[in-house]
Amino acid sequence: MVLIQIFLVFTIIAALIAVEAPSALSSIISLGAVGFGLSISFLWLGAPDIAITQVVVEIITLVILIRATIGKGVTEIRGNESKPLLIGSLILFGLGSAFFANYLSAFPDFGKSAVDVFTETPSQFYLEFGLEKAGGPNVVNDILLDFRAYDTLGEATVLFAAILGAITLLNKKVFFGKGGEK
Amino acid sequence: MSGMSPIVKTVTRWVSPFILAFGIYVALTGHLTPGGGFPGGVIIAGCFILLMLAHGKEKVYGIFNLKSASVTDSLASLSFLCMGLLGYVFGGGFLNNFIQSGFPGKVFGLLSGGNMPIINIAIGFKVGGSLFVVFAYLALFRAIEED
Repeated sequence: MVLIQIFLVFTIIAALIAVEAPSALSSIISLGAVGFGLSISFLWLGAPDIAITQVVVEIITLVILIRATIGKGVTEIRGNESKPLLIGSLILFGLGSAFFANYLSAFPDFGKSAVDVFTETPSQFYLEFGLEKAGGPNVVNDILLDFRAYDTLGEATVLFAAILGAITLLNKKVFFGKGGEK
Repeated sequence: MSGMSPIVKTVTRWVSPFILAFGIYVALTGHLTPGGGFPGGVIIAGCFILLMLAHGKEKVYGIFNLKSASVTDSLASLSFLCMGLLGYVFGGGFLNNFIQSGFPGKVFGLLSGGNMPIINIAIGFKVGGSLFVVFAYLALFRAIEED
């Protein structure tokens, strides 16, 4: 359990470096460190599906970010910090912390399965009848593709819409820039 | 994007079939072992992105160009939706696992889990195609900016 906490502290430090780093390249590399720290934490907490997805997506995101942003054409945006903005964000942070502290006791202990704590939930049903009703030994995919397949369809639709929007925006540049493909 | 040095090209040529096979394996056996359609599709897209970075885009477009990638993406989404509608027709509910209730298959076998492997393959194709399209467009965008 101590190892996971060390990795979480490492992740938080890497996230802070990613925000504050002076150049885009070091920022992106720190972002990669955040993702890998998270995926190792997921692996230790017993969620190999999420760990695999996190590692793979992290690598692809890193490659795409470096390929698309490093070089010229990266504009740095620096806003001036105004006093009302600072006070407002502090108030919001305090409110969020208060709510979080209020409900912190309802969460299960760190690294403990929620199934052991909350017994009258659908997750108990999924674990008991996953193999019988959906037919797959991997209960995560039973939930994703059988019990909660509608969610997965929605997720696929969101991905489709996001890709469509990205292509439309980028295509405009390609068409009206200095002559692209087609 | 004309490609990298001969060392990188040779290593990529050796490694990329294994990456592709691993992606297909992760997507195919998602109902048995950790993995599934999403990571499998991302690994497949990663194989093509690796080839594109090492060999330049012309060589990859000979295998898998933008149009075929977007057609793959759309067809895979459509087949996912069709599985849902078939569940409505045969199983009595949208996305019902009608193959599992009809032909259960051997537990721990590759052909078990009803329509879960089919949906996993569809998601794998969908994610692979769409991520490849995004990377290709971003690379194209940058190549034009650099002119």
